[in-house]
Amino acid sequence: MDFGPYLLLASLEGAVLASVLALMASGLSLVFGVMRVVNVAHGEFYMLGAVLAWWVASLAGGSVVLGFVLALVLAPLIVGAIAATADIVVLRRLSYDPERTIVATIGLLYIIQQLTLMSYGPEARPVVAPFNTRLAIPWFEFADGGLRMYWPWGLSTTSYKLFVIFAAVAVLLGIRVMMTRSRAGLLMRATQQDREIAQAFGIPVERVYAVVFGIGAGLAALAGVLIVPIQQAHYLMGLDALLLSFIVVIIGGLGSLAGTVIAAVLIGMSEGIISVFFSPTLAKIIATLLVAFVLVFRPQGLMGKRVR
Amino acid sequence: MSAADTSKPVSTSRRKALKTLAAGAGAAALPMWARFAQAQSSEPIRIGFQKHATGIGAAYGRWYDRTTQAAVKLINEAGGINGRPVEIITEDDGTDPKRGAEVVEKFATQYKTDIVFGTLFSHVVIGSAPRAGELKIPYFVVSEGHHVASGALNRWTLQPGITDVKSQVQAMAPFVKENLGKKVTMIFPDFAFGHDHRDFFSAAMKAQGGEIVGLIAIPPTETSFTRYFPKIPRETEVIYHVMVGPGVLTFVKEMGEFFGPSSPEIFGFIDSLEAVDLNSPGLEFLDGTYFWEGYPRYVQPDQTPYDRFYRAAVGLDENGAALEDPRDVATMAHMFGCWETLHVIKQGMEAADYQGPADRARLIEAVEAITDMPHSNEHPQGAKLFNGRTHQVFGPQYISKVTGGKLLVTHTAPIEDTLYPDEVDYTTQPL
Repeated sequence: MDFGPYLLLASLEGAVLASVLALMASGLSLVFGVMRVVNVAHGEFYMLGAVLAWWVASLAGGSVVLGFVLALVLAPLIVGAIAATADIVVLRRLSYDPERTIVATIGLLYIIQQLTLMSYGPEARPVVAPFNTRLAIPWFEFADGGLRMYWPWGLSTTSYKLFVIFAAVAVLLGIRVMMTRSRAGLLMRATQQDREIAQAFGIPVERVYAVVFGIGAGLAALAGVLIVPIQQAHYLMGLDALLLSFIVVIIGGLGSLAGTVIAAVLIGMSEGIISVFFSPTLAKIIATLLVAFVLVFRPQGLMGKRVR
Repeated sequence: MSAADTSKPVSTSRRKALKTLAAGAGAAALPMWARFAQAQSSEPIRIGFQKHATGIGAAYGRWYDRTTQAAVKLINEAGGINGRPVEIITEDDGTDPKRGAEVVEKFATQYKTDIVFGTLFSHVVIGSAPRAGELKIPYFVVSEGHHVASGALNRWTLQPGITDVKSQVQAMAPFVKENLGKKVTMIFPDFAFGHDHRDFFSAAMKAQGGEIVGLIAIPPTETSFTRYFPKIPRETEVIYHVMVGPGVLTFVKEMGEFFGPSSPEIFGFIDSLEAVDLNSPGLEFLDGTYFWEGYPRYVQPDQTPYDRFYRAAVGLDENGAALEDPRDVATMAHMFGCWETLHVIKQGMEAADYQGPADRARLIEAVEAITDMPHSNEHPQGAKLFNGRTHQVFGPQYISKVTGGKLLVTHTAPIEDTLYPDEVDYTTQPL
């Protein structure tokens, strides 16, 4: 493949990854920002989203579009409810102690994973995309002194992949608006800044925590629903996604939504481009190296604020 | 609790076997009765089944299990082995080599099984076989890897029920070169099994005057594949693909999306679509492409009575899916190996008059002495030739064309096309 088309293809692949990653990592970042909880079970919420999407889609029977739309709405809600329950039943009882919540969420990770294995099984199941047209992309080259358009071999994407990118951007804008313009966002930001003062001002901090944990998990589930027509739903799919989300959140700065999105684009695009040109393993090595550098030279992350 | 306590015989299958015996107490049961009387013990023969219940081999594990249970049911209905019922003890190895070795050890020391059986994934076989050799327990693998016949393993490891990659690809190369093209790009999983494909198909293709223009290795745990395809050289005439793992459907689908209308010829090993419905959305581009099949997934026009018998016993419909759920597609090209291996074990145990773990070495020698296996209910895939020196079986190979959403066999490579010179003589190793 020529360099130009090759780079474009790599960027498109990277953009799909980046958008899914941005959704997932912003959930992780939101939970950490508001609650100071490092949620190790975040990857499992992503997996649950994908598995529920398969379940809803297969229950919907004949209509692929109806099944997908239902999954898009129901899966994040169900996963959000599960997460909020886990918050009330487990995390609240630990008083959100940082060390203990890490251990508790590791436990949650294994419980969710093994329950999925016992009920859904070890298979990787596909969900049919509601629309999936192959879109060939033209490229331009100079030939005989003029610009000529041609269709390079293999340079294409699908309408569904473009949809994933747009959907992720739309959801992220929605989160941004919610955080800055709505009353719920105000309560969350107040709780984030100082939990005790917020409580003194009558903010129901515990309820805010449950809602935030639910929204964070819901975002991961939404990412899972969006990715499942491209990949397949599998009970172990949360692990890689969790690792990448942590990388993104650490580079972007824990708790900073803007930083998370920037880091997701950075990691997603570089992963896409490096793995197309060189190898996916090298992409992982470089991403991890980047984390190390960020931790050494800018521990608060690209956009994070120094901890008081 | 001591190990002996935990391995108390499960009485249900014995009782069941005795019940079967009582029910069939007619003239036909008479020789069987005589055999039971001769048996020194009516304790079951225990076969440890190393199952890929979880991990990347899970789909194969599910079907290996069903085929194994069907074959054992049949063997027990016919009087068991040496007058004793057969009992399968299943343990999950997570498709993980380290766990595989532990499972072999558990079978030998804790369950005290007579033999270990049923492993597919080559890295698990390579990880487990040395332990089986140390424990001197017969290890019957159903793996396809060339590691048995290459001499890399030991005398306790045998592969009498499924052919190996080297013989398969050797039989495919002439067809690929003559019908599809000379310049081949190979896409294969990046572990032992895939490396067998890479090494032996490259060699076989070069021997035919063909050329390998690209080699693309993909980790078997990969979930996203488009990023690998730009490495396919433009001059490629034939894509040779073989993939395993949970993402195989995504792999084939993304390959179709990558090429669009300007695809080279495509030749795949059915591994890339085992346990996957050929009519899944996104696979339409496969129409007219070719697949190697170890066993035809779809019932062919010239169906043999053996195939009919096998499908009925395992519970398969004419499309190679479960009778009770047509969406549950089987791993047809591999799981027949469990069926055939169990019948070889029965044949070997009867020849050796196997009574218990003390006779394990005699069992190995008895199986090594087997040569011809006729096309029969016991060997529904085809007539086979077992090489006792290399511990590897040889058999026919099928090439099928995707025609109207089904796989139609267009070429059957005879055993002669799959033979190669011995690389080891295990019989010279001490037992």
